[in-house]
Amino acid sequence: MRLSYPTNIKIVKLPCTGKIDAVYLLKTFQNGADGVYVAGCMEGDCHYLTGNLRARKRVEYVKKILDEVGVGGDRLEMYNMSAAQAPRFVEVANEMNEKIRNLGPSPLNKKQTADAVVPEKQAEQN
Amino acid sequence: MIIGEGKPIKDILFMIQNYSKVIVAGCRGCVTVCSAGGEKEVEVLSSALAMARENEDKPLEIKEVTLERQCDPEYLEQMRSYIDEYEAVVSIACGAGIQFMAEKYPKIPICPGINTNFIGVTEEQGVWSERCQACGNCKLHMTGGICPIARCSKSILNGPCGGSADGKCEIDPEVPCAWQLIIDNLKEQGRLDQLEVIIPLNDWTTSRDGGPRKIIREDLKL
Repeated sequence: MRLSYPTNIKIVKLPCTGKIDAVYLLKTFQNGADGVYVAGCMEGDCHYLTGNLRARKRVEYVKKILDEVGVGGDRLEMYNMSAAQAPRFVEVANEMNEKIRNLGPSPLNKKQTADAVVPEKQAEQN
Repeated sequence: MIIGEGKPIKDILFMIQNYSKVIVAGCRGCVTVCSAGGEKEVEVLSSALAMARENEDKPLEIKEVTLERQCDPEYLEQMRSYIDEYEAVVSIACGAGIQFMAEKYPKIPICPGINTNFIGVTEEQGVWSERCQACGNCKLHMTGGICPIARCSKSILNGPCGGSADGKCEIDPEVPCAWQLIIDNLKEQGRLDQLEVIIPLNDWTTSRDGGPRKIIREDLKL
């Protein structure tokens, strides 16, 4: 299944979305990302039981901070998908890409490019 | 431990609006355990402040430090070599740490990055509640290990009052009645007769009513 997704999406691989820390997400925006989405396993399917649930809570927490600092919490999202759902991965990539393009570059992104970063483990398998 | 929680970022931004070089200083003591002012919170706050200021085109240079404790002079002394290079410090230690920092470095403005709330416990991950009001006159042996000063909304020493219903306090149905807890616990221990002992009027001079408090241990002084 050779599906393609937008080339401006950079993948950051982590062993589990439970490894996501608020500061990882903040640093991506600080370093100029226009949008970030966290792609975790399906809820209930976490190998470490609750990693993806914890990731979602951290994403919600960081969204509030991004709103407070004027970057905008809607530039950060959490999605759940399984490693077997390549079409869903592509669908989410396109959806997020479209959303961030509509929002325009991050106010912090002086380069005025539309990069997105995806901490995701399944992507390499897709 | 001392429990605190972060101030809104906009409040901190207002405090440091006139500065372009600041230190964000955390503490590895109580506020690390209650996730309000440790190394991780220093990173998150610094990142947030930097982004907000970048957004305003008023870049902020931040040095991140986390001291072992801000309530002990030897750790505060570690900042001596570089603190003069900065215009202000945002301390996310408890109120004691923030004040001690201000005392040791009187020339530099110290801004509180957290609110200090109470002396309490971790009920579960992410949930803290008050247990002690530091009244300086502990009576826990008489009250089944439950403090009527800190946990009864009225600090009644011979309770319960008429506002106790179904084990809850009249101020909030979520707040347990401390005296219900005390009675339940004494009953469990077979010590209900303890309730017959009238606890006398409290001497509040050991609490805040006696003014700022100080303890001197001559045996420990160097």
